Amino acid sequence: MSTRTVLHDADIKRALRRISHEILESNRGADDLVILGIPTRGVTLAHRVAELVSEVSGAEIPVGSLDVTMYRDDLHRHPTRTPQPTQIPRGGVDGKTVVLVDDVLFSGRSIRAALDALQDIGRPAAVRLAILVDRGHRELPIRPDFVGKNLPSASDERVNVRLVEVDGAEEVTIES
Amino acid sequence: MRHLLDTKTLSRDDALRILDVAEDMADTQRREVKKLPTLRGKTIVNLFFEDSTRTRISFEAAAKRLSADVINFSAKGSSVSKGESLQDTAQTLQAMAADAVVVRHGASGAPRTLATSGWISAGVVNAGDGTHEHPTQALLDAFTMRKRRFGADSRGRDLSGMRVAIVGDILHSRVARSNVWLLHTLGAEVTLVAPPTLVPQDVTAWPAHVGYDLDAAIADGPDALMMLRIQAERMHAAYFPTEREYSRCWGLDPERFAALPESTMVMHPGPMNRGLEICAEAADSPRSTVLDQVTNGVSVRMAALYLLLAGERPAQASETDTNEEDAR
Repeated sequence: MSTRTVLHDADIKRALRRISHEILESNRGADDLVILGIPTRGVTLAHRVAELVSEVSGAEIPVGSLDVTMYRDDLHRHPTRTPQPTQIPRGGVDGKTVVLVDDVLFSGRSIRAALDALQDIGRPAAVRLAILVDRGHRELPIRPDFVGKNLPSASDERVNVRLVEVDGAEEVTIES
Repeated sequence: MRHLLDTKTLSRDDALRILDVAEDMADTQRREVKKLPTLRGKTIVNLFFEDSTRTRISFEAAAKRLSADVINFSAKGSSVSKGESLQDTAQTLQAMAADAVVVRHGASGAPRTLATSGWISAGVVNAGDGTHEHPTQALLDAFTMRKRRFGADSRGRDLSGMRVAIVGDILHSRVARSNVWLLHTLGAEVTLVAPPTLVPQDVTAWPAHVGYDLDAAIADGPDALMMLRIQAERMHAAYFPTEREYSRCWGLDPERFAALPESTMVMHPGPMNRGLEICAEAADSPRSTVLDQVTNGVSVRMAALYLLLAGERPAQASETDTNEEDAR
């Protein structure tokens, strides 16, 4: 078994900065943007992206978290998962452009669950997806709008994202 | 968690897990769309051998908000009144492929028998058995206390340092028993206040103080005062001379309510006998948590059903890979 680091501290920083610019570009500004992270690490990334977008645009961007546990299609295949809090910013999501943020995009099933969860909360004008690492192997017709890094991987390899706020380290590694 | 039978054997971690998941459930219950798809396709049977309004409705609401199918069964008007045994009833439910059975029974220990007999493979939730336990009531009481004390900051916290007085018919109360064990596990200090005739004999083994004077308990300024219902249906002997005397000595009347510190919450598991164990002023005051308890009951029962039913069943836990990777 070997572990190789594919993104270092500076690479992650650069990727998030680029994603933030792309979000502003595709949204033509910061109006009606809401950024929601998917727990655990997606929430950390969402806060970082929101901060960067605020920095560039000068406008305060509402940011929150969207837990998808209750909407998963694989609950009965795992030991019981503990749900995480969902925090929707005060203005809600109705009529907004919601950018979902997660660390790794793999099968696409989390995002499917997130779309269902979002539907129960409100009706956004549009939903976009920002991902730090897209490792392929999609099982559903879902694609990201903003990608930090495309990382071709074998399906039996493990991609680990570690962030300072959660793990005390900052890197993306691939284990095979 | 496979079953939820009592709070005596519930660990601190498991108890906090239920309360924390209940916080998430409570959040979803403030939305416009309250229904979650989590337990789609699961069947939950409410098996009630004793009368109940709020517990049954609460479990039914909890199951439906999680999209489970609910079958309500009450002993009245069923084959139980023709003499069918618990075993035969259970096996009938098994044949109908119930995933969980919520059971209330007049006999202490009936839910455990159901869970351990091998008659059914479903998860069993005790919704009150005889004078033994009523775990979801104690959990919702603890949830209510925690919420009143810590507000939005409740997650992960226990009740250490809280002082709770439980007043009334301790002898017949499964709510009191479940609360004593759970509150002790969560670090709270429990005092039982009752007429000597309504204190159980084995109470010295419980992690609680016992007093006989309600005025002394009130002067002590507890954080929560839990009034229990006088259970007329279980009073088969003369435990106190008259209701009026009970009310005068152990009821929360307007005078005692006025003497209670402003910060003390007044709890009652319901249904209330207004004017007997609790006066209307106390029951309807902002310090009363009676309706909060009902609201929180749904969230706590959703949490219990979720933890019981959503994960893989131990029987089929063969070779599924459980790493985080699969989740994406």
